[in-house]
Amino acid sequence: MTNHWVDIKNADLILIMGGNAAEAHPCGFKWAIEAKKHRGAKLVVVDPRFTRSAAVADFYAPIRTGSDIAFLGGVINYLLSNNKFNAEYVRYYTNATYLINESYSFADGMFSGFDEAKHSYANDSWQYQKGPDGAPYMDPEMQYPKCVLQLLKQHYSSYTPEMVESVTGTPKEDFLNIAEMIGECSKPDKVMTILYALGWTQHSVGSQMIRTMAIIQLLLGNIGMAGGGINALRGHANVQGITDMNLFGANLPGYLASPSDKEPNLQAFLAAKTPKPVRMAQMNYWVNYPKFMVSLLKAFYGPNATAENNFGYDWMPKITGAQDVLALFEQMHQGKLNGFFCQGFNPLASVSHKAKIGQALAKLKYLVVMDPLATETSEFWKAHGEYNDVKPEEVQTEVFRLPANLFAEQEGSFTNSGRVIQWRWAGQNAPGEGKGDMEIMALLFTKLKAMYADGSGAYAEPIQKLHWPYRIPTSPSPEEVAKEVSGYAMADVLDPKDPTKILAKAGEQLAGFALLRDDGSTACGNWIYAGSWSQAGNLMARRDNSDPSGLGQTLNWGFAWPANRRILYNRASCDVSGKPWDASRTVIKWNGKAWVGNDIPDIRADTPPSESVGPFIMNPEGVARLFAIQGMKEGPFPVHYEPFESPLEANPFFPNNAKARNNPAARVFKGDGDNFGKAADFPHVATTYRLVEHFHYWTKHSVLNAITQPEQFVEIGESLAKEAGIGHGDKVRVSSKRGHIEAVAVVTKRIRSLQIDGKLVHTVGIPLHWGFKGVTRPGYLANTLTPYVGDANTQTPEFKSFLVKIEKA
Amino acid sequence: MSSLDIQRRSATTTEPPQARHSVEVAKLIDVSTCIGCKACQVACMEWNDLRDKVGHNIGVYDNPADLTDQSWTVMRYTETEQNGKLEWLIRKDGCMHCADPGCLKACPSPGAIIQYTNGIVDFQQEHCIGCGYCIQGCPFNIPRLSKKDNKAYKCTLCSDRVTVGQAPACVKTCPTGAIHFGTKEAMKDYAETRIVDLKSRGYEKAGLYDPQGVGGTHVMYVLQHADQPQLYSKLPDNPHISASVQLWKGWTKPLGLAGLGLIALGSFFHFVRRGRKVAEDEYAAREKSLATVQTSQSDQPPAERV
Repeated sequence: MTNHWVDIKNADLILIMGGNAAEAHPCGFKWAIEAKKHRGAKLVVVDPRFTRSAAVADFYAPIRTGSDIAFLGGVINYLLSNNKFNAEYVRYYTNATYLINESYSFADGMFSGFDEAKHSYANDSWQYQKGPDGAPYMDPEMQYPKCVLQLLKQHYSSYTPEMVESVTGTPKEDFLNIAEMIGECSKPDKVMTILYALGWTQHSVGSQMIRTMAIIQLLLGNIGMAGGGINALRGHANVQGITDMNLFGANLPGYLASPSDKEPNLQAFLAAKTPKPVRMAQMNYWVNYPKFMVSLLKAFYGPNATAENNFGYDWMPKITGAQDVLALFEQMHQGKLNGFFCQGFNPLASVSHKAKIGQALAKLKYLVVMDPLATETSEFWKAHGEYNDVKPEEVQTEVFRLPANLFAEQEGSFTNSGRVIQWRWAGQNAPGEGKGDMEIMALLFTKLKAMYADGSGAYAEPIQKLHWPYRIPTSPSPEEVAKEVSGYAMADVLDPKDPTKILAKAGEQLAGFALLRDDGSTACGNWIYAGSWSQAGNLMARRDNSDPSGLGQTLNWGFAWPANRRILYNRASCDVSGKPWDASRTVIKWNGKAWVGNDIPDIRADTPPSESVGPFIMNPEGVARLFAIQGMKEGPFPVHYEPFESPLEANPFFPNNAKARNNPAARVFKGDGDNFGKAADFPHVATTYRLVEHFHYWTKHSVLNAITQPEQFVEIGESLAKEAGIGHGDKVRVSSKRGHIEAVAVVTKRIRSLQIDGKLVHTVGIPLHWGFKGVTRPGYLANTLTPYVGDANTQTPEFKSFLVKIEKA
Repeated sequence: MSSLDIQRRSATTTEPPQARHSVEVAKLIDVSTCIGCKACQVACMEWNDLRDKVGHNIGVYDNPADLTDQSWTVMRYTETEQNGKLEWLIRKDGCMHCADPGCLKACPSPGAIIQYTNGIVDFQQEHCIGCGYCIQGCPFNIPRLSKKDNKAYKCTLCSDRVTVGQAPACVKTCPTGAIHFGTKEAMKDYAETRIVDLKSRGYEKAGLYDPQGVGGTHVMYVLQHADQPQLYSKLPDNPHISASVQLWKGWTKPLGLAGLGLIALGSFFHFVRRGRKVAEDEYAAREKSLATVQTSQSDQPPAERV
């Protein structure tokens, strides 16, 4: 979230789309209710199903799953055509005025620069036109045809209300009603928030769905505002924390990149990752990349990391290709992996295409599962009747199950969706032999280190040189690790303006990332968490909920990254002169000498507005990118592409270009393409989702949850039920190209059949919580049905849109 | 609560104690902000140490599908179209804690059902004889007999929590704040603010459900369509204690029995009816005096401790 949970109460309009906050985030959803009760806010839900969120909404509109860009593109077209955007905000805080290269083009669904063989784009033509000094050309009037605003207008001109209705199934009047409500929020004193979740990320165009909404929020001037922002509601209590620590192969903590084989040494790595300045006066915050990276290396390797050995950069593994979960299981499926550690992960259930995952796991020599529960993954080899129809004698994988403790059984930090890090304490000890994940990892590491101690074994250095300063090496304490993550001085940290002044003495905790250095004098396990445990102590454990502004900022409750800032880009909550767009919701303001207010300013506190420092400090140009010159695989502007399994033969926007039917930049592994179903065989659109009664595949192990939702079901609309002869409570079989499940049918008015491109399309809703372990009635894993293709940028599988057929079982 | 707080006992003619001052409490369920998450069901099971069966899905979200001796509250989901718009009405069902409780009136076992001065109607299972009359007497179809011990069970409004100043478990746990608890007056005042909000959003018939046919209730609903309570999974439009409860107890029941049993029961009910009449009169008088007390205390904040 750019904003935070409590801040939802400051919104005038709450749009829930690509998520179902009431269902998946019932506790946080209270703030949407607060906004309704105390601010008179309107709540709008756009979803393929009339959800529990819709049950308390002011307005609901149906949409075909996977068509959100068509809807949101229609909103952009509406805003631009009806002059419903904050022109000053757009002019000064976005790249709307920038001119794009003459060679840039978009035709028949494809951008310039496409390499058909590689299914990828070169983004050279997506760049700014630059003058001889390297500064981009701009048109402050935003009239020049190659300026971003005009390109944006042109790009979405075909997203008419009629086209929106035809592609999404949303009735035109419903769409226009919502577009009008959104348009109202272009006024400086009206703010919209958007709450989304996996209903956007789990599509082959998921990242672009989110970007389309970001463009809308920028046009409205709602980023940086209290009650605004773009807000991803994260699915686990601490999944924001795991994202920040980047337990992914391609990243390091704090969203730094993993070294790859293209960067053989630290200098090459830092040169590639540190952005050059584009405009004068801009903060270009990533210019500090070397400080963050070197401090991270110092945290990894401690005193062993020196300037002479490039701070241990050579010991880091260098990645050679895709590291995402689909790529990983593809390699496993090809037999290229020997062993696999599953830590709090149940991939047999939670990665797409269960059959493929099961086959992949069977090719391992060993599998280690660290989990408090007996997961399906840990029994992928075991026959569980129709629910897991395998032959154990054919599986040679050796499986180790290490009992881990549950989150409530260990102390540590939780980072919520709003980036607020809160310390928590163990509720009780783990039963039996259960150990904390850190202890398990530490036992493993100390054992490995001992095995490598005699210097034999291939490349012992990375293991021997790792800094392991914990009091009990086999059991680091959460406090020790938290202090390391926050960062400390390894030598005296000096003031660059006055080297006689010591800002932090050796051994002290650092107050924030401004103190990080690239000379080896500081260590920091995650730069964005810097200052969370300062010399003042554990700020994550603060529990002062005083809220002088009434906006719910509570700056002394926990610690929000970065720098305890609660609303990101909050400089944009003020106009160019530094005056808040809406004084009643002042986040920060310029008082003539400094930025002050109810948050930590997201700009240097003493920078006067006259210096024109842009609010989007992480971009070198200081403004937000309506047009993404880099970073997006499938183009600078979002485009509607059909899901890989779609009821439509062609993309209605580009009916004559087969290449533009699906995301051209998405990756499909050999063989998986053959596993995509056709509408002729699988005529219905399906989508998977959560229910409030359960949490993923855990709570089916808990009897209270099992009582409230005991048995697997699927939801269908009344017209499909009639067509297929299915009644309330009938047992049905739902099949995709990849397998089938059986479940009870819930026949409901809440799923409407939609007219799409002239044909009637039915939706089948598939809740995902069942499996063959636990105390609910046994069921099928829902990912039996889902396809093995992901978003082109994140490779998050397309769980939300695929094709099925349904029949009475 | 202690015996000092008992206002009425089933099948009892003795005077209730009157020394203590008390205020009426109520739980207010704002259906318009309820998301049907069932946290209240789980909180109820946890607080009261109940564990219903892991049942089946019968084609709807409702689960457990009905109230049982182990499920004292359940969410009931209704899909309806109103003014051309689909609505999903979700009502938390359970004991309404009627001011004039049909269960208590119907109960033949002395002290098996009691009503506290704060309005809570509670079953005292050690006195329950398992006759099921309370079920017949209830206009909301709430009590359920246990097959295990043949005793009737229902929501206690967490009388054990309320007595020590805590809100009921469902109120405490409700994530959206759809369930409120306080004095009945405070709940009515709060409901009024919700009704104003709902009317401003186009629910012209929004209103409070506090049916007078049972003397009002200590569990009330804010409904979007207060003119059509039956929309909400057949919430009665105008609940009242069924005349058949009187008839059943007076005539039909004895006809179903024979000889001595008939005579014995007949005279027993005669006793009960006379006794109840006395109790009713007492109750009316007490209502009046309570109203006086409340008026005089109206400037005080809503009390959690009652």
